[in-house]
Amino acid sequence: MTRILGPAGLLMAGMAAMFLPGATPATADSLIIVSWGGAYQDSQRESYFKPFAKETSIEIVEEEYDGELAKVKAQIEANDISWDVIDVDARRALFGCDEGLLEVLDWGKIGQPREKFVEGSTMDCAIATISYTTIFAYDANVYKENPPTTLEDFFDLQKYPGKRGLYKDPFGNLEWALMADGVPYEEVYKLLSTPDGVDRAFKKLDTIKSQVVWWEAGAQAPQLLSDGQVVMTSAWNGRIYNAVKKEGKNFKIVWDRQQLDYDYWVIPKGTPDIENAYKFIAYAARPDVMANQTKYISYGPTHADAVPYVQPDVVIHLPTAPENMKTVAPIDAQYWADNTGALKERFNAWLAQ
Amino acid sequence: MVATTAIDIVRTADGVPLRYKLRRVERTQRLRAMGLVAPLFLFIVVTFILPISFLLFRSVSDPEVATHLPRTILALRSWTTADLPGEAVYAAFAADLKETQKNKTTGIVAKRINFEVAGALSRFKAAGRAAEGMRTGPFKEGFVKLDPMWADPMLWKIVQRAGEPYTDYYYFAALDRKRDFEGRIGWVGEKQAVYVDVFWRTFGIASIVTLATFLLGFPVAYLLATLPVRHSNLLMILVLLPFWTSLLVRTTAWYVLLLDNGVVNDTLRFLGLIDEPLKLIFSRFSTIVAMTHIQLPFTLLPIYSVMKTISPSHVRAARSLGAGPFYAFWRVYFPQTIPGIAAGCLLTFILSLGYYITPALVGGPADQMTSYYVAYFINSIINWGQASALGAILLVATGVLYFAYNRLIGVENMKLG
Repeated sequence: MTRILGPAGLLMAGMAAMFLPGATPATADSLIIVSWGGAYQDSQRESYFKPFAKETSIEIVEEEYDGELAKVKAQIEANDISWDVIDVDARRALFGCDEGLLEVLDWGKIGQPREKFVEGSTMDCAIATISYTTIFAYDANVYKENPPTTLEDFFDLQKYPGKRGLYKDPFGNLEWALMADGVPYEEVYKLLSTPDGVDRAFKKLDTIKSQVVWWEAGAQAPQLLSDGQVVMTSAWNGRIYNAVKKEGKNFKIVWDRQQLDYDYWVIPKGTPDIENAYKFIAYAARPDVMANQTKYISYGPTHADAVPYVQPDVVIHLPTAPENMKTVAPIDAQYWADNTGALKERFNAWLAQ
Repeated sequence: MVATTAIDIVRTADGVPLRYKLRRVERTQRLRAMGLVAPLFLFIVVTFILPISFLLFRSVSDPEVATHLPRTILALRSWTTADLPGEAVYAAFAADLKETQKNKTTGIVAKRINFEVAGALSRFKAAGRAAEGMRTGPFKEGFVKLDPMWADPMLWKIVQRAGEPYTDYYYFAALDRKRDFEGRIGWVGEKQAVYVDVFWRTFGIASIVTLATFLLGFPVAYLLATLPVRHSNLLMILVLLPFWTSLLVRTTAWYVLLLDNGVVNDTLRFLGLIDEPLKLIFSRFSTIVAMTHIQLPFTLLPIYSVMKTISPSHVRAARSLGAGPFYAFWRVYFPQTIPGIAAGCLLTFILSLGYYITPALVGGPADQMTSYYVAYFINSIINWGQASALGAILLVATGVLYFAYNRLIGVENMKLG
């Protein structure tokens, strides 16, 4: 036995281990794609990553993040960009483009006409992938009768006592606070551009602050609801859909003042794998491929030609379904691209008090 | 005056004075020791000291404005009054903005100014777009008409200061201070002030956790040290198993235990002790409990190690001389354990200062410690200067406390076993 385990034997064993399958180093034909994890990334895996890898034999390596563009900045500064394609929301796409963090896209390489995309969802540095929305949801087992139906109910601690979950960011919350305070949607962003408007929004949030549990990752919202830690929570609609469909929870979504927004594919500036990145984005932009994602999660496609391909049973759950669009309050991504920094600091200070 | 005559000098077998031989041997030993430590030392320098120094350097480095608005900064050199700068500055500014718009670097400067002037980001970018269309003067009028922000001398003062290669802005901001137009330092006001509270909170939580681990750990260490080996080994495994479990797993376990519908609340309700669930999670209580649980072995093990070296005959001797049990413990046993206590408590205290994940997972928004804000500035805001300044202040404060501790207890008096 010791003869086999002698120095030569160990060397041979080591070399053999290096060539074992599974220990593959990053090859030239692999892409690192970064997204938001949880049910959303699961749906992307099934509808984009796996079929793309099968069709082109380019390996997809996935990573997760919670929107931290700082990592992109760090990579660019170190001149060692490992991320190839990132899924960002609208404000980060605008912000990243302004900061010079993202490649300006050559729409010719993508092969889809820009006009085909939902109005307001194409940018120089980004191509839209899904429409998602921030809604609030409750557990129908808790509210068997007289459930909350409007945004004002979310802020009404008398009628609906209990903890609420909110996204740990002023994004979306300030608009909801103003609208619950009686401001019509058309005036919300104008008001938020004034210091008085922002003060008013924070004052309204103060009325529920003691009852709020703050979530930071998309998967936390349905988790809090499921744990019974909150009676209602804001969430990205697809995560609630996933909890209902895959995990059998009895959650209901309130679509009143849903905050429609879009997610985009972007390419960090200077990535070495740019050709493959374009191949992936072109693949993901195909209307039939895009519509395929609705099989797994209730986020809407942004390509006009994708609509007929959408599964009929998912259509009513999409943010863009006519039933759900009645009181839609879309996000002004430019406002957030410009003001996130200052408002986040104010929000943090407010939270810490 | 030591007289060394030929007879007095001690020599070795080959006639060389012992002194020289000794020195040579000691030197060889020292070189060998340095040789053994050198790889580790280099490793720490390269992977620890150098990167941290680069990052700390960012807390004073301020290159954005100087790099991208060179003409403006040059023109501002002649601005010494308290009124608005002259036309030349605005002209230079327009020229600089044309350049930054071309290079897509307007956002970088806008963001740097936005740190100090809330809302400046979008207005700066708007000015950049407008500057592209400004062919000829008067530039001052053009900018002022575009946005009243450009008619605020304070803004230009901030730009002027940001044009210096090094800045103290981040440090003052980390202590909730800022400079006014004349350069005097004042408080940022209640709406903005966060960090001084955060620092107090960080040191406060670390102190409470240290005290809690000491109060819980000392009796257990005593038990482990005085039990016969067979029993103490078994109990030691109960201490070490959690110690070897991942920190994240333990924190998540506390999350599950302390939820409103969690194990603790459900048990108390089952026993009929409470009707409504206790608010345990997302509070200072849960933060401290989880941190104490995680830090307990760090305090306990050094104390245990030192206790193991104390011979039981000391206390027996004291008792035989007439001391009561508590007196013997307090005057004979406890002083000998102080080196272990000192080591364990210092370890726990300094480790607790840097906690991030545990308060983030089980604490509420008002329980976040300094590292949370460092991570926030690095990841969300991408303001590495501010993150670095916060970290540097924590480092210096820890260093000061360590030296004070050293004065009181003495590093040589700390033992890990």
